Amino acid sequence: MKTYILPSLKLTGILILICSVMYPLLIAGISMFAPGNGEGKKITAHNNVVGYENIGQQFTDDSYFQGRPSAVDYNAAGSAGSNKGGANPDYLATVQARIDTFLVHNPEIDKAAIPCDLVTASGSGLDPNISVKAAKIQVARIAKIRNKSAKEINDLIDKLIEKPLLGLFGPEKINVLKLNIALNEL
Amino acid sequence: MNTELIGVIATFAITVAIAIPFGKYIAKVFSGEKTALDFISPFEKWIFRMCRIDSSKQMNWKQHLIALLSINILWFVYAFIMLLTQGSLFLNPDGNPSMSPDLSFNTAISFLVNCNLQHYSGETGLTYLTQLAVITFLQFVSAATGIAALIVVFNAMKENVSDGLGNFFDIFLKSITRILLPVSIIIAVVLIFNGTPASFDGKDTITTLQGDTVQVSRGPAAGMIAIKHLGTNGGGWFGVNSAHPLENPNYLTNMVEMIAQVLIPIALIFALGFYLKRKKMAYVIFGVMTIGMLSLLIPTLIAESNGNPAITEMGIDQSAGSMEGKEVRFGAKASAYWSIVTTIISTGSVNSMHDSSMPVSGTMQLLGMMTNAFYGGCGVGILNYYIFIIIAVFISGLMVGRTPEFLGRKIEAREMKIATLVALLHPFLILVGTALSSFVFTNDPSVGWLNNPGYHGFSEMLYEYTSSAANNGSGFEGLGDNNWFWNITTGFVLILGRFLPIIGPVAIAGILAKKKFIPESAGTLRTDTGTFGIMTYAVIMIIAALAFFPALVLGPLAEYFTLYHP
Repeated sequence: MKTYILPSLKLTGILILICSVMYPLLIAGISMFAPGNGEGKKITAHNNVVGYENIGQQFTDDSYFQGRPSAVDYNAAGSAGSNKGGANPDYLATVQARIDTFLVHNPEIDKAAIPCDLVTASGSGLDPNISVKAAKIQVARIAKIRNKSAKEINDLIDKLIEKPLLGLFGPEKINVLKLNIALNEL
Repeated sequence: MNTELIGVIATFAITVAIAIPFGKYIAKVFSGEKTALDFISPFEKWIFRMCRIDSSKQMNWKQHLIALLSINILWFVYAFIMLLTQGSLFLNPDGNPSMSPDLSFNTAISFLVNCNLQHYSGETGLTYLTQLAVITFLQFVSAATGIAALIVVFNAMKENVSDGLGNFFDIFLKSITRILLPVSIIIAVVLIFNGTPASFDGKDTITTLQGDTVQVSRGPAAGMIAIKHLGTNGGGWFGVNSAHPLENPNYLTNMVEMIAQVLIPIALIFALGFYLKRKKMAYVIFGVMTIGMLSLLIPTLIAESNGNPAITEMGIDQSAGSMEGKEVRFGAKASAYWSIVTTIISTGSVNSMHDSSMPVSGTMQLLGMMTNAFYGGCGVGILNYYIFIIIAVFISGLMVGRTPEFLGRKIEAREMKIATLVALLHPFLILVGTALSSFVFTNDPSVGWLNNPGYHGFSEMLYEYTSSAANNGSGFEGLGDNNWFWNITTGFVLILGRFLPIIGPVAIAGILAKKKFIPESAGTLRTDTGTFGIMTYAVIMIIAALAFFPALVLGPLAEYFTLYHP
């Protein structure tokens, strides 16, 4: 055993230098050239930083597009999903309550058209996106509150749809924060 | 066909397309042929000189195991002390506290054994120093340990060997310098250009568009996220792992991370073919493992795409699939694919919350870890599969009345005993652990560690031990597992579930290598045919299904019937 311990100790020391010092410093160095300089991509509106492109935000005001329910109320100091099982009665009651609340705030819409991502909590609690359907279903409410035509709002959504990767892979989506910033500028 | 499904198919196709040449490259590295990275050879030699290691000295299987185990013990002591004292050390901009002794014990073991079960959340549970000097470090060396153990078994499968099975330190170091480090750098660069943080700044405080003040956790995460996938480690920088929008910002990074985690497990299968010049055997193994993967993936894809029937009943639009615990940018299908990939190959990183998966998917995720041999973890996947090959050779030998032989060596009582012990250890650890925790919970429900009632609560406990024994690291994360009961019991399951399945195959291979080589004849049972592949698949499914079926009935299957046939 002794013949192995000393070489192992030295090897461990050298590998800590390589894997835990040189490697992260190299990546941090390269990140200076990346968008956001390796600190995460920030978004500004009227010269103010209003958040990170990838981190979702809470919108409780009816004049904004709302994102998905979050288990951490969009506080990115932490992150979590609800971790509720699909058959859990309390969980199903929560989903039903979200549907009812949504219908109260959006009386014009048809219940069968509510897309499920609007009433289910995301995995991270920080989901920056909603589906295109989830944006469109909020148009009537927002047009009314903001005194705009539904067409204007719909056009804005269409402009901001993020297509699948290369047009081939993955779902279409909308970044809620970007959409709301554009909405304020309308 | 829809873009979500095409994304999944393309991800798998790209993985295999890269894995074949990469497997060839791995075979070249370990057989000492010329490769593009030979320019770092002087640097490796310098390391060996500094450490006074004679990298050309051949070791037998026992010496390999001693070297492997003794260096692992060192890492454990180092990691335990670091985690226990991190709060008072440097590089801690968020002011996070030290870990409790039981949590340090669990975390040190968990990362040492390539499992990465996390009973803490990265944002508050670790400092930048321990994220890099403990977590990232162990993610490199534990993956390299798995590869080194596998290469020893490859060496022992050669025709003309008896004792000299290569040098542990040589294989181990080259796994890092030639394979893990270069590819990790590439992956990390892709991540940072898509918005993953890599700088050393602490938490940021921002005022949102609506005027709320929130904080955003960050840190030098990109490098760690790269090796966590490439080395099939799986422990996340942030609490929710790769569901976190900084850890996995978009569909491209999602594809890259999915490819990265399966790349080495698949490449090693092809490496076996090139290294031993037994390509046909490699194809058969790859075929069996792929069939195994698909038999778990397809039901999961269907269940997640159809969504939760109880929500469908509420009369809303669930055409996007089951979205609870999932992220819009990945969608239900890519999340379903990830959940199977991560459970069969022992990564255990997640991009959706498995606790909220549909019951069928939960069953398939559990089966992925219970079989633990379809592709499998870095190196150890094939070691697990090797055990099943030995059992399959023995059983089919008995069935057709031939002496059981594998690659020209007779399999006798001693090897069979080791193989059986290793194969039975896995269900033993899982079922005993689940029984114990169920007993403690029913005796005193005030321990309060379940997040869901009924069958699903049972599944949470079953999942935790399955994940520990399989060294997977994913969880039904609703389980309140940061307490001494879970930290200590899973800690011991982790050690046993890692080292016995490494010691077993290395010992069998080492013993077989010393036996007389019998050239193949007409009387030899061929192990590189489709028939033998099916036989191995049957052995795996029978051992997994028979041992675990009752537990699955009590958990996810019972939940399935309450949800779909109320």
